[in-house]
This record gives sequence, structure tokens and C-alpha cells, in this order.
Amino acid sequence: MKDLKPAILMLIVFTVICGGIYPAVVTGIAQAVFPHQARGSFIAGANGREIGSALIGQPFSDPKYLWPRPSATPDSAYNPAGSGGSNAGPTNPGYLQTVADRVKSLRSAGISGTIPAEMVQASASGLDPHISPAAALMQVPRIAKARNLSEEVLQRIVAAHTENRQFGIFGESRVNVLAVNGVLDKLTP
Amino acid sequence: MPVYADLIQSFVLLALLVVLVRPMGGFMKKVYQGEPTLLTPLIGPCERLLYRLCGVDPDEEMTWQRYARSMVLFNLVLGVTLFAMLLLQHLLPLNPQRMPGFPWQLAFNTAVSFVTNTNWQAYSGEQAASYFTQMVGLTVHNFVSAATGMAVAIALIRGFARRKTTAIGNFWVDMTRGTLYILLPFSLIAALFLVSQGVIQNFSAYRNVPLVQPASIEKPKSDENGNLLRDAAGRPVMETVTVKDALIPMGPVASQEAIKELGTNGGGFFNANSAHPFENPTPLTNFVEILLILLIPAGLTVTFGLMVGNIAQGRALFGVMLLLLVFTFGVLFWAETAGTSLASTLGVQGGNMEGKEIRFGISGSALFSVATTATSCGAVNAMHDSLTPLGGMIPLGLILLGEIVFGGVGSGLYTMLAFAVIAVFVSGLMIGRTPEYLGKKIEVREMWMSMLTILTAGVTVLVMSGIAMITPSAVASMANPGAHGLSEVLYAFASMANNNGSAFAGLNASTGFYTILGSLSMLLGRYVPAIAILAMAGSLAEKKYVPPSLGTLPTDKVPFALWLTLVILIVGALTFFPALALGPIVEHLTMTM
Repeated sequence: MKDLKPAILMLIVFTVICGGIYPAVVTGIAQAVFPHQARGSFIAGANGREIGSALIGQPFSDPKYLWPRPSATPDSAYNPAGSGGSNAGPTNPGYLQTVADRVKSLRSAGISGTIPAEMVQASASGLDPHISPAAALMQVPRIAKARNLSEEVLQRIVAAHTENRQFGIFGESRVNVLAVNGVLDKLTP
Repeated sequence: MPVYADLIQSFVLLALLVVLVRPMGGFMKKVYQGEPTLLTPLIGPCERLLYRLCGVDPDEEMTWQRYARSMVLFNLVLGVTLFAMLLLQHLLPLNPQRMPGFPWQLAFNTAVSFVTNTNWQAYSGEQAASYFTQMVGLTVHNFVSAATGMAVAIALIRGFARRKTTAIGNFWVDMTRGTLYILLPFSLIAALFLVSQGVIQNFSAYRNVPLVQPASIEKPKSDENGNLLRDAAGRPVMETVTVKDALIPMGPVASQEAIKELGTNGGGFFNANSAHPFENPTPLTNFVEILLILLIPAGLTVTFGLMVGNIAQGRALFGVMLLLLVFTFGVLFWAETAGTSLASTLGVQGGNMEGKEIRFGISGSALFSVATTATSCGAVNAMHDSLTPLGGMIPLGLILLGEIVFGGVGSGLYTMLAFAVIAVFVSGLMIGRTPEYLGKKIEVREMWMSMLTILTAGVTVLVMSGIAMITPSAVASMANPGAHGLSEVLYAFASMANNNGSAFAGLNASTGFYTILGSLSMLLGRYVPAIAILAMAGSLAEKKYVPPSLGTLPTDKVPFALWLTLVILIVGALTFFPALALGPIVEHLTMTM
């Protein structure tokens, strides 16, 4: 059992190094160099009030706001205290009914044409802050009517908040829903 | 055109991997052979101090038995400590949300899971684990369980490289060097990069933020004792509640995220794992995380080639892995782009986006899903349970093959080498030659150990899934009906027995059945192969070198690489085809008919 002693001592030493020093160093540098990101990328809206994290989506259902994707988080949609997806399988009858209902409710909200899949399918985290540019643009007429704004102004706001593929190759183009809604509230509270 | 644009990042990834694998492999070879590297002036003194503190003589070599005993003892001490830490979480510091201690079954399952480099999570990070648990407990295990796997692989390489000796290295030295020179520096840089992109790193309490538009939700009503109220017909009574705030979790995420990928651990800080915007905020972090997952396992093929004195031997294994990676990614990308039947019937376009994030899209999700199950990582950036049937069969299949497509850090290489031994043996039988690999005769003992390495996980998966199918409480855990439910159970045991950790997460795995049988699967799947590999290392090291002759099968050429690929696929298909036919394949047929 002479190998038990190094086993215990190694555990202690590596706990100090990997569980103490390493995260402390990362935290120290992160807080000094990237304080905004390290603390959660919180953003301000109208009158400078904090409206949430740019990375964490929020639920919107009022016609005057840009709507996000469906969310399957427990208790309520976009509940950041319980991230996760629906885990519904592709042939689950209950799930297929849910999607059909979402399509129906988008149609009754005046959306015609093809619907981008993400607007009727829940995200993996349940907190997806983005929708695709197509999904944002199809909502413009509704928001314009609700806020009494011209569609051109809204299209410009969406375009200004469209992030393209990173360096032109990574990921997908996307629009941050909370950021757009923050701007909309600044424009017409 | 759009399809090609979607795929550019995958080509960039492959190119980068091919470029980086050589310097990475060369660096790791130097580290494990104790040669000076760029980091030696800085880390060398710390390393020597560490040996002195722990009473380890770094020049002392071990037999395979002692190497294995040290590994098992170390893992035992680690597991017991983590188990206690989880049980007593409520008494420990850094717990601003006042999380209670884990129940014992869950604590046992989690301790086994992190010690075995599985990182199967039957708990939800943001709801159950304190910052202390995540950082001092789980992050530490992410390092040392990865270093343990790498050490075993290095010991096996020494077995091939050395002649007529019983010494295969010193476990403490290999484990220490892997952690200090490889895992720590890379994690530190990666963690800071991740923070720059938006991954959080702090110790604040969870932040309560008022919602811009308060939401009305229907919720089952309960009385003052917390019991659900039911109406006369037994249905729950619903009430409308207004949600005004969102409670946003915080924590030291970046430091754990970096080693989670680099050490192919995969245990997420949050329940949504790498799909969570705080773990993986941008397409670039997604790309880097995928690269981190593949970097060490891919590099080890070169380390292997260099240490056995013929880099082409490593290149052959790398080629096999790359081939399988590209093929599986292609199938998964195609299946998810084709999507389900929703498009035609409902006028919905854009492939299958259920359980995927917009910033990654189908391409970035498919790439991550393949990388995380080709290796033993198990982090996810998309919910595998919601993949299309054939799409979901790809991660499941990659795990079932034994995670040899790069594989876990260390475990991937040693399992692949076991397959190579079997491929050499089978071809030896076919052409009537004594099987040799890297100048070592392959005999009964090597075959036993290779078979143990390869079959343990497969047998465990099939037996455990079979037991689940005849246990009503285990069947009740399924979230989706029909064939998909079987896929969920099969995936769960595949993931645990192969130390992956990803899930078809609809399955309720926090029941006693899955925590206990799952823990057993993880233990079998980790230690039986690891000890078998060390035994093989010991027996190989004792053999004399047989120089290649005309009758020797060249194992560093394309024909052998193709043969090895075939052997892997045949073994996998023979073992798992019946189970896959009843799960994903049936589901695909019912979906398309």
C-alpha cells in the first residue's frame, strides 16, 4: 500500500493547482481584461436601464415586439434557471401536434409563405437569443402596424442587428431578438 | 451554393487538424519522454517540487502491475473524495444559491461519472451544483481523469517501443506531466479566449433580471403544503401566473469549459451544456471547442508514430480516423438538412432545427455532434434526442464503435491500437503468417487483452439495455414512445459504457435503476479496458523485436488502413446491427413511409 500515499498527496496537490490556482488565475485575468463578457454581457435598453444579457433570450408575445423561437425550458419559456431542449423525438405524435399548433398560431398572426423551421422548433438551450434574418423580416409588417412605424425603418433596424457569419465562414447569420426589442422600445416606448 | 457555404467551416476544421496534429503530437512526445520543451523552464521546477511533496521518485520505473495499481488507487481516492464532496455540498463554501447536498445515489453516479472521464450528468448543473462542486470537484476531475487516460495510452506505446524489459514508465510522472505541460497551459489560453467571446467567469450569485415583457403562463395550482390541487375529474387545477423576472445563473464557467473540451470530458456547467449561450456564445467559440475536442486525441497518433520510431504508423491510424470522421459528418449533415416530414406537410423550411441553436445552424451542430461522439467527449451543442432517426444513429454509432475516431484522450488511441492488433491477427490468419505488429509478435495474451478492450463496452451496452427493456420502471423513464424510446435507452448505456457522457436526454436517468446500473457500466467500460491495455503493454515490453521481413504485413500503408477500417466496421455491425435495426432504423422507416 505504499502507492496509497502518493495517491492521496497527488489528489491534494492537483486539487490546489487545477481547482484553486487555475480558475483563480482565469477569473483574475478575465475580470481585468474582459469584465463585460466575464460578468454575463448585460445590455441596457431605453433610459439606460439594464434589460438583460445579450446572450440569454427572453420571451416576447406582444405584437409590438420581435418574437423569439419557441423554448422548452421548464415552468416557463426562456427560464434561464433551467436550460435545455424539448428532447422530443422526430416521430413523437405529441411533438408533431405541438409543431402543427405553432404553425397555426403563426398563420393566424398573419405570417404567410414558408415558415423558417426555427420559429416552430425549440432551441437546444431553450435560451437561444437569436432568430434568422428571414424569421425577423417576416415579422416586420406586424410590428410596423403595432408601433405605427414604417416597414423600411424596421427593416433597417433588423439589418443593423444582423450578425453575419463570423469571418464569413463560421456559423449562421442571425438577429439578436432582445437587442432589437431594446432598440424598438427606445424608438417608440 | 448555400450548401457549400455551410460546409466551408468543416473544411477549415479538417485542414487545421491536419496541420496541427504534427506539432501537437511532437510536443506531447517530448513531454512524455521528459525532453525539454518551451515550457520546461517555467514548469520544470514546479514539477520537481510536486514530486518531492508527494514522495514520488520520478526516475523509478514501474511494472505494468504497479502502474495499474497506482492508477486504480489514485482513481479510487479521487472517486471517494468527490462522492463525499457531493454529499456534503451544503456544508462547503462558494454556494451562493444554497444548493443542498446530492442524494447518495446521484452522488455515487456523478463521482463515478467524473472519475471515469464519462461526465454523464443525471443532475442539472445550474440547479444542483455549487460553484465549489463545479470548480474544486468537477474541474479537477476533468484534468486528472484526462491525464489518466493519456498515461495509459503512453504506457501502451512504450510497450510497443521497448524491448525485453518489464518497465513501462511511472504512472505518477506520466499523469503529472500530462496535466502540467499539456492540459493546464492549453486550458488557460482556451479559457481566456472563451471569455473574450462571452463565456462567463465570475463567482457572483445568480442575477435576477426583470423581463422586458412579463410573461403570463398557465401553471398547476398547489395548496399551501405544496400538494398539487386536482379537480373532480382528477385533472390538475391550473392558474395563470405572471412571470416578471428571469433568474440568470452565473459562475466560473470558462475555466471548466476549456478543460471540458480539451480533456474530452464533456460535463457541462449548465444543463444545456455547450448549447448554452454562456458556455458557447458564438460560432467561433463553437469552432474552437470542436478543435479542442479533437486536438489531443488526433495529436496522440503522431506521438505514437514518433515513439515507435515510424511516424507513418501513426499516420495510418490518423487516416482511418479522418476517413470515418468525414463520412459520419457527411451522413449527419445530410440527414439533418433533409429534415423531417414537416416541410412538405406544414410549409416549414430549413431542415431539422429542433434542439439546435441558430448561431451554429445545422452545419455547426452536426460538426460538434460528430466530434463529441467520435471522441469520448460527450459535450453537446444540439440535443441528440431530437435529431432525425438516421442523424441520431450517427452519434450513437460512433459511440458504439468504441470511440476510436480520434476517441477520448488516450482511451481513443489505445482502443484503436487494440483494433489494429485484431486487424493484424485476422489478416495473419488469412495469409497464413504469424501476426506481428510494430515488430512484436501478437500472441494469445495480446489477443485476450485486445478482445477484452473492445468487447467489454459492447457486451455491457447490450446486456444493460436488455435488462432495462424487461424492467417496467426503466421503460417508464423513456420520454418518447415507440422505437425512439429504445434508442434513448440504447444511447444511455452506450454513452455510459463507452465513457462518453452525452445523452438522448429525454430519458429520465435520475432513477435508481439508471444511476446504479449506469455507474456499473461506466466502471466496467473504463477500468476493464484500461487494465487490459496495461497488461498488454507489460507483455509487449517483455518481447524481443522481430525485424520486418518479406512476409511481414506493412501496417503503415494505405491497404492496412483500409483493412483496419473494415475490421472496425464489421465488428461494430456484427455486434450492434440488431439493436440499431429495432431503434433508429425502424424509426426512420416509420417516418418516411
